[in-house]
Amino acid sequence: MVLLLLILIPLITGAFSFAVKGDAAKALALISTTATLALSAYVSGANFAAPITYDHEWIPMMGTRFSMLADGMSGMLVLLTGIVMMVVMIAQINKDVERPGAFYGLLLLSQAGLMGVFLASDALLFYVFWELALIPVYFLCSQWGGEKRIPVTFKFFIYTFVGSLMMLSGLIYLSLQGGSYAWADITKAGAALPAASQQWLFWLMFIAFAIKMPVFPFHTWQPDAYEQSPTPVTVVLSALMVKMGLFAVLRWLMPSVPMGVEYWSDTVVILSVLGIVYASCIAIVQTDIKRMIAYSSIAHMGLMCATAFAHNGIGMHGVMVQMFNHGINITGMWLIVSMVEQRWGTRDMTKLGGMASTAPQMAIALVIISLANIALPLTNGFIGEFMMFNGLFSGYISNHTVMTVLAGLGIILGAVYTLNMIQKVAYGEKTTMIVAKDLAINEYISLAVIITVIIFLGVYPKPLLDLTSGVAQMIVK
Amino acid sequence: MFTGLFVDNKKTVTSIAAVLFLALLGINLLELSDAAGPALRSMTLSLLGTADNTNGAFPQMLFNNMLRIDKLSMWFGTAMTACTVLYILLIGKEFKKVGTHVAEYFALIFFILCGLYILTAYNSMLMLFIGIEIMSIPQYVLAGSDKRNLKSSEASLKYFLMGAFSTGILLMGITLLYGATRTFNITEMVPMLHSESLNPMAISGIVFIIVALGFKVSAAPMHTWTPDVYDGTPTAFTAFMATIVKAGVFFAFLRLFHVSFGNISEHWLMILAIVTAATLLIGNVTAVYQQSVKRMLAYSSIAQAGFMLFSVLAVSSSIAWNGIILYGIAYSVATIGVFAVLVKMKDYTYDGFNGLAKKNPLLAFVTTIFLFSLAGIPLTGGFMAKYYVLLAVMHQGNMLWLVIFALLMAAISVYYYFRVIIAMYFKEGEPELTSEVTMADQVLLIATTVIVILLGVMPQLFLMPA
Repeated sequence: MVLLLLILIPLITGAFSFAVKGDAAKALALISTTATLALSAYVSGANFAAPITYDHEWIPMMGTRFSMLADGMSGMLVLLTGIVMMVVMIAQINKDVERPGAFYGLLLLSQAGLMGVFLASDALLFYVFWELALIPVYFLCSQWGGEKRIPVTFKFFIYTFVGSLMMLSGLIYLSLQGGSYAWADITKAGAALPAASQQWLFWLMFIAFAIKMPVFPFHTWQPDAYEQSPTPVTVVLSALMVKMGLFAVLRWLMPSVPMGVEYWSDTVVILSVLGIVYASCIAIVQTDIKRMIAYSSIAHMGLMCATAFAHNGIGMHGVMVQMFNHGINITGMWLIVSMVEQRWGTRDMTKLGGMASTAPQMAIALVIISLANIALPLTNGFIGEFMMFNGLFSGYISNHTVMTVLAGLGIILGAVYTLNMIQKVAYGEKTTMIVAKDLAINEYISLAVIITVIIFLGVYPKPLLDLTSGVAQMIVK
Repeated sequence: MFTGLFVDNKKTVTSIAAVLFLALLGINLLELSDAAGPALRSMTLSLLGTADNTNGAFPQMLFNNMLRIDKLSMWFGTAMTACTVLYILLIGKEFKKVGTHVAEYFALIFFILCGLYILTAYNSMLMLFIGIEIMSIPQYVLAGSDKRNLKSSEASLKYFLMGAFSTGILLMGITLLYGATRTFNITEMVPMLHSESLNPMAISGIVFIIVALGFKVSAAPMHTWTPDVYDGTPTAFTAFMATIVKAGVFFAFLRLFHVSFGNISEHWLMILAIVTAATLLIGNVTAVYQQSVKRMLAYSSIAQAGFMLFSVLAVSSSIAWNGIILYGIAYSVATIGVFAVLVKMKDYTYDGFNGLAKKNPLLAFVTTIFLFSLAGIPLTGGFMAKYYVLLAVMHQGNMLWLVIFALLMAAISVYYYFRVIIAMYFKEGEPELTSEVTMADQVLLIATTVIVILLGVMPQLFLMPA
C-alpha cells in the first residue's frame, strides 16, 4: 500500500494542480514532493528488513497484474527521485513560470511515472509507466523550453518512442514464452531460451535502454534536449530519466537474456567507452555550461553502462552507488546553472567571471558540487567511481585493461573541462556588468541539501552501500 | 426511419432518431444479456423495466441457416451500436449543416447499421454479399449528400464506381468458391477445403475475396479511393464511414477467413501479410505529407486498417476475435472523438488548429487524448487494441518481422498525430470554430475521453466475458 501511495500522491496532486493558479501550485507541489520524499525514505529504510511488495489484480486475460516490489535498487532510486524532486521544488520557490498550475502538474505526473518505473515488477506495468514518465516531459519541454524547443523535443520523443516500441515487442515475446508478465516468469522464460534467440532479443530491448541512457551512438537527442529544456525538466531528464535506462538494464535485461548479455557485452563496453572519450572531448570545447554538463553526463553514464556490462560484484555495486550519486551531483550542477542564468542572463562561460567575489556562497557551492562531479575523494562521487574502475578492470570482458585505461581518460578529461569551467565562472575577470545578489534563502536550502548529501556519503557511504549490496550480488549471480 | 415523410421539424427527427438508436442499443443489450449471464441480464431488464420472457440461446440460426447469431457477433453488434449512439450524440446535430434532408441521413445510417448486423452474423456467402451491399449503397448516397459541393459529388461517384467494381470481384470470388465447394454456407465449405487436394478455383476465389474485402477496408494497394472519398464526403459522415462501417467489414473479413479458410491458411497468409505490410507503409508514410487534418485522418484510417488486418492474420490464435472487437471499439471511439472536434473547426489544415489550447483548453485536451489513443500511447484504448492484435499475431508465430515493422510504422504515426498536438499547444493562432461548444458537447466529449482511457486501463470491461 505504501508503494501505491508513492505513485498516487504525485499522480493525484499532479492532476489536481492543473486547476490551481499562481503560488498555490508551487505550494501544492512542495507539499506533495515532501510527502513523497518522506514515504520514499520510509520505503528505502524498510528495505533493510524485507522488500516491500504490493500486488493487485489488473488485467487477468493478459496475464498482467498490478504488482510492485521495492528491493534495494528500487528503494535507492525511489529515494533519489524523492530527494531530487523536492530539491527542485525548493529551488523553484523564487522563480516564476508561465501557467504554474500546468507546469508543476506535469512535473508531478512525470514523478509518478518515474516511481512506477522503478517499482514495477510486472513487465507490462513497467512499460506503461515508462511511457507515462515520458509524456509529461514531452509537454514540459515543448511548452516551457528554449527557442528550438519544438523540433528538439519532438526528436527526443520519437527517438525514445521507437525504442520503447522495440522493447514492448521484446517483452511481449518473452511473456508469450513465460505465460505472464510477472518478473519471475519473464526472467525464467528468457533465461531458458536458446542463445540465438537471446542474442536478437537483447537488441530489441537494449535499444530502448541505450537511447534513454544514452549510450553512444544513440545519444544525439540528448545535448539539445538538455539545453532546450527548462531547468527543472533538465534535472528530471538527466538525474532521473537516464537512470530509467540503466535501471531497466539491471532489472529487466540482464536477468531475462543472460546469454544475450554475455554475447554482446564486449560490444556494449566498447560503445560505452567510445562514448566516454568522445563526449569528454566534446565537453572540453563547449562554452555553454549547460551543453558542457550534458556531454559530461554522457561520459558518466557511459562509465556506468560499461561497468554494468563488465558484470562483476564490486563493479555492479559501484554502478548502483554511482546511480544515486550522479543523480545528486548533476541536480546540483543544473540548479547552479539556472541560478547563474537567472542572474547574469547567459550561460556562456567566456562571458561569465568573478562569481567568487560577487556571489561567494554560490561560488563555494559550485566548487564543491563540481569537485564531487569529478569524483574527488571525500565527496560522494569518489567511492562509486573507485568501485566501478575496480570492477571494470577485473571484469569478464576482453581487453579489460585497455578499456579501463580509456575509461580512465574520461576522469582526466573530466577534470580538465570541469576545472576550466570553475576557473572561468568563479574566478577570472569580472566581465559581467551586472552586480547580482548571492543565494536567496530557498536556493541556499536546496544547495545545502545537495552538499550535505555529497559530503555525508563521501565520508560515510555505508548506508548506501548496505542498501544496494544485496541486489548487486543477485544480479551478478 | 420514415418519419421524415410526416414530420418537418428537424429537431423532432433528430430526437426520434436518437430514441430509436437508444432503443436499438437496448434491444441489443437485452439479447446479449441472454449470453452474458444472469447478472447483466437482470440489470438490463431492470433498466428497461421489462419482464424476462425471451429464452433465446446462442447460437441462433435464422433464415434457413443463412444467419448464425452467436455470442461474439452479438457482442460486436452491440458494441458497434453503442458507438453509433455515441456518434449520433456527438455529431448528429451537425447533419443539418450538410443539407436539408436530415431524416434521410438518419434513415441511411439505420440501413448501414442493418447491413452491419448481417455482416456480423452471416453464415452464407450470399448474406455476406447482401450485407456488404446494404452497407455500401447508403454510403454512396451519404458521400454525395452535400450536393452543392463538387468535391462531395466527386467522392460519391468515385466511391460508387470503385465500389461497384469491387462488388463484382467479390461476386466472382464467391462464384469460384461455390464452384470449388458446391456450397455457399461458410461452415459447410470447410470440409471441402483441404490443403492436400485444393481446387485451384478455391485459391483464386480466396484471392478475389481478399481483393474485394481489402477494397472495402481500404487495404493497400486497393486503398486509392479512400483519401479522396473521405476528404470529399461531408465531415459528419466521414466520421461514420471511417469507423463503424470499417470495423464491421473487418469483423466479416475475420469471420470468413477464420471460420472457412482457417485450415488452408498457408495458401493465403503470405498474400495477406504483404497486403498488411503495404497498407501500414503506405498509410503511415503518406499521412506524414498531408497538410489537412481531415486528409491525414483518411490516411491514418488506412494505417489503422493495417493494424486491424493483423487480427485476420492471426488465424490460429483465439484472441484474434477479442482483438478485432477491442480494436473496433477503440479506433471508432477515438476517431469519432477527433471528428467531433474537427466538424467544429472552420479550417481543416494543421494551421487551423494553431492555438486551440489557449482558446478552448477542453477541446484541445480531449483531442490530445484521442490522438494519443490513435497513436497507441499506453493507458489509452489504442494501446491496448494494438497490443492485442500484435499479441495475437505473435501468438501465431513466424510473423515477428511484421510485428517489428508495424511497431516502426506506429512510431511514424506519432509524427503526424503529434503535429496536431503541437499546433494546438505550442503554436500561436486564432482558431475559428463554426459552432458554439455547448455544455452538452463538453460533457459528451469528456465522457468519450473517459471511455478511451477506460479502454486502456481496464479493457476487460469491453470484451466478452469468457
